[in-house]
Amino acid sequence: MDVAIEQLTRTFGGVRANDGITLQFAAGQIHGVLGENGAGKSTLMKVLAGFIRRDSGEIRLAGAPVELGTPAAAARAGIGMVHQEPLDVPAFTALENFLCGSDPVVFGDWRAARARLIEWNARLGFSVDPAERTGRMTVGQRQQLELMRLLTAGARLLILDEPTTGISAAQVDALFAALRQLAASGRTVLFVSHKLDEVAALCDTVSVLRAGRLQPPGQLAMPQPQAALLRAMFGEALAQPDAVATAQPAAAGAAVWHLDDATVRDGVLALERMTLTIPAGMAVGLAGLEGSGQQLMLRLLAGAVRPVSGRVMSGGRDLGGAGMAQARARGIEYLPADRLSAGLIGSFDLGEHLELLAPRRWWRDRVAARAAAGRAIATFDIRGTPATPLQALSGGNQQRAMLALMPDTLRGLLLDQPTRGLDVASARLVWQRIAERRRGGTAVVFASVDLDELLEHADALLVFVGGRVSRLIPRAQLDAPRLARLIGGIGFEEAR
Amino acid sequence: MDTTRLAIDLAAILAGGAPLVIAALGETISERAGVVNLSLDGKMLLAGMTGFAVGLHTGDVLLGFAAAALVGALVAAVLCLVSLRLRQSQTAVGFVLALLCTDLSSFLGNPYNRVSGVAVSHLPVPWLADIPWLGTVLFDHTPVIYLSMLLIPAAWWFLFRTRQGLVLRALGERPAAAFARGSAVVPLQAWYVVIGGALVGIAGAAYTLDLKQGWSYRHTAGIGWIALAIVIFGGWNPWRVALGCYLFGALQTLATRWQGAPPGILAEIPTQIYQLAPFALMILVLALVNGATNPAVARIAAGLPEPLRRPALWALGRLSVEAPAALGQSFVRP
Repeated sequence: MDVAIEQLTRTFGGVRANDGITLQFAAGQIHGVLGENGAGKSTLMKVLAGFIRRDSGEIRLAGAPVELGTPAAAARAGIGMVHQEPLDVPAFTALENFLCGSDPVVFGDWRAARARLIEWNARLGFSVDPAERTGRMTVGQRQQLELMRLLTAGARLLILDEPTTGISAAQVDALFAALRQLAASGRTVLFVSHKLDEVAALCDTVSVLRAGRLQPPGQLAMPQPQAALLRAMFGEALAQPDAVATAQPAAAGAAVWHLDDATVRDGVLALERMTLTIPAGMAVGLAGLEGSGQQLMLRLLAGAVRPVSGRVMSGGRDLGGAGMAQARARGIEYLPADRLSAGLIGSFDLGEHLELLAPRRWWRDRVAARAAAGRAIATFDIRGTPATPLQALSGGNQQRAMLALMPDTLRGLLLDQPTRGLDVASARLVWQRIAERRRGGTAVVFASVDLDELLEHADALLVFVGGRVSRLIPRAQLDAPRLARLIGGIGFEEAR
Repeated sequence: MDTTRLAIDLAAILAGGAPLVIAALGETISERAGVVNLSLDGKMLLAGMTGFAVGLHTGDVLLGFAAAALVGALVAAVLCLVSLRLRQSQTAVGFVLALLCTDLSSFLGNPYNRVSGVAVSHLPVPWLADIPWLGTVLFDHTPVIYLSMLLIPAAWWFLFRTRQGLVLRALGERPAAAFARGSAVVPLQAWYVVIGGALVGIAGAAYTLDLKQGWSYRHTAGIGWIALAIVIFGGWNPWRVALGCYLFGALQTLATRWQGAPPGILAEIPTQIYQLAPFALMILVLALVNGATNPAVARIAAGLPEPLRRPALWALGRLSVEAPAALGQSFVRP
């Protein structure tokens, strides 16, 4: 089904998320839609899927103008969207989610639906168990389920919003094979991503969005040189190699942390007999597949868990299980991955957060807090005002706000996925602030799943494989292929 | 205890629990669709009073029930308008409606206080009522009680075995997902809340026209609040909700029984204790059931030695219930 978008505009509170976009997608092809966070990709896709309404402009399907005011209308027109966070019901089984739809069928044929689900599974090479509870499935399987449901509902235009975030390499391969097969059968596939290599591997054409506009206007046929796409996404300045190299030789300062034969356990994870020293100014990266023990290590260093044996020392005192308050009193701060649920209070503004951290008094000093918030906003380049509730900030601004809340006496900084969900420019700003802290003598330990980030910003790495940990490996001994092999467990024993 | 006596007691529990079952199932439907309707007790009173009055004036029991269902539906519609449409807190609106309807029933019901009126007639099921024992327990009742018993499997079947039931539950679990699947979230929720409200209205009339015939000040004696608690205890599952209702009925029957016991320890206990005991026991049961969902309890069970661990975990798994994930949150279209 050919799709034509004419002068489409959608604004959110004065911000033009889509600004006069004109674009065509031909049937039977996979079309990439590129852009950094906040470029307007998701908005455009949600308008197409009827999820949000457009302000002006026209959408034509196979030449005929359509009104896509609701997802129901979009579904009738043959459009289906797999949202970035799969929009299914976690409490349902896979079969229940597969069957749950809008058509006016009252009773539903469960046996037939089950058979059809199994049939789609076989055809597309997917692995969804009809009886499994959706909340227990992986993100990749939930996407597969959504995709099969949309196909059953008769979708001829399939939209996938950042589908490769948080799914395994095998699932990416299965997804790409399935999408190629669906395009070959005449369906139109829109593939939204900010990962250039994926778009290059999969897509027939690419359209780049920047700040709500098409950049350059119109669709580009693939392949395109990577530099050209980078320039289109970020503009001239950012397409250049990183000007601010943040990794620097570690100043051999006093030990911020010292692990002395420490063993720590949490369920099946057991990090055993670790002895290592992290000096002031050093950055240690924690590498490994998600959930291999990195978070346990961070919590150990934050004083949140007590080692089974051995000791965790900081500043000459035992930190083991002393609690986060004790650790903070010694200048150690922990920034969790989930900023809004564990780090910040969404409805509070920056000034109120600063007040919470201020020495305990009976009264509030709002004027001083506002002034301090204003200074933090200027220093950390936060896009907001002292009165903006933090939930209204973008992910990058939230992360910088958390860094701004760190006290000046910071000795150790623990970060879990410091740039998750941030685009390149935001991530760079965050790392600049962290680098400034390091120059002041703060030791940094961060967990990341991004190999480039680990290699770029760490002086030494710890590799975690299934709850076991390597020794501290200097950055100079590692390159991306070796690190990838270590994470996969190849050559891991020698690194212990 | 001889078996005839047991049959009579069981029949009394099934009958006594009927209004509670109907009301609690009405609320279950509403809450499964994601809307908490705290007005339940007030609605029951106002609908019961209206049903009795209409029955009295028209002499037609069916019209009385219809009027009661209408009142229940209308009160539910007010909740929908204010909470779903005007986006006010479901808890606050429901609570205020409960108080308002209670006082309204006292005020408007004044002329009917302790007046004798019409009532549902007894209707043994032909043939089936003659089955020894079982006939006494199940088939020797009024139509209202048959309705309450039939409603349990019907509600369960609709919620868990039909496609529209899936959509209903999706509304309460994740309205954004239902919306993405093409459902008109708010109108659908409103329908189910109104249907639930009509059932609660019928439950009110089940008191005034059948089980506790007539009208008096606060006629339901707060049973509606118990129904709300039982919906939670029942894990929003019709079978378990009904079980909770009958458990409460059984506790009440036992209390009445012991109250009239021959002289002994049981008779020495003040009657007020017997009247209050079912409420206190319900709270205890609720605390136990909700304790099962506490991760600390699960950890203790997981740490038990092997022969005990598995059954303990299984029992916890069966007991623990999860509320519809989006219960009480009004949906806004993105």
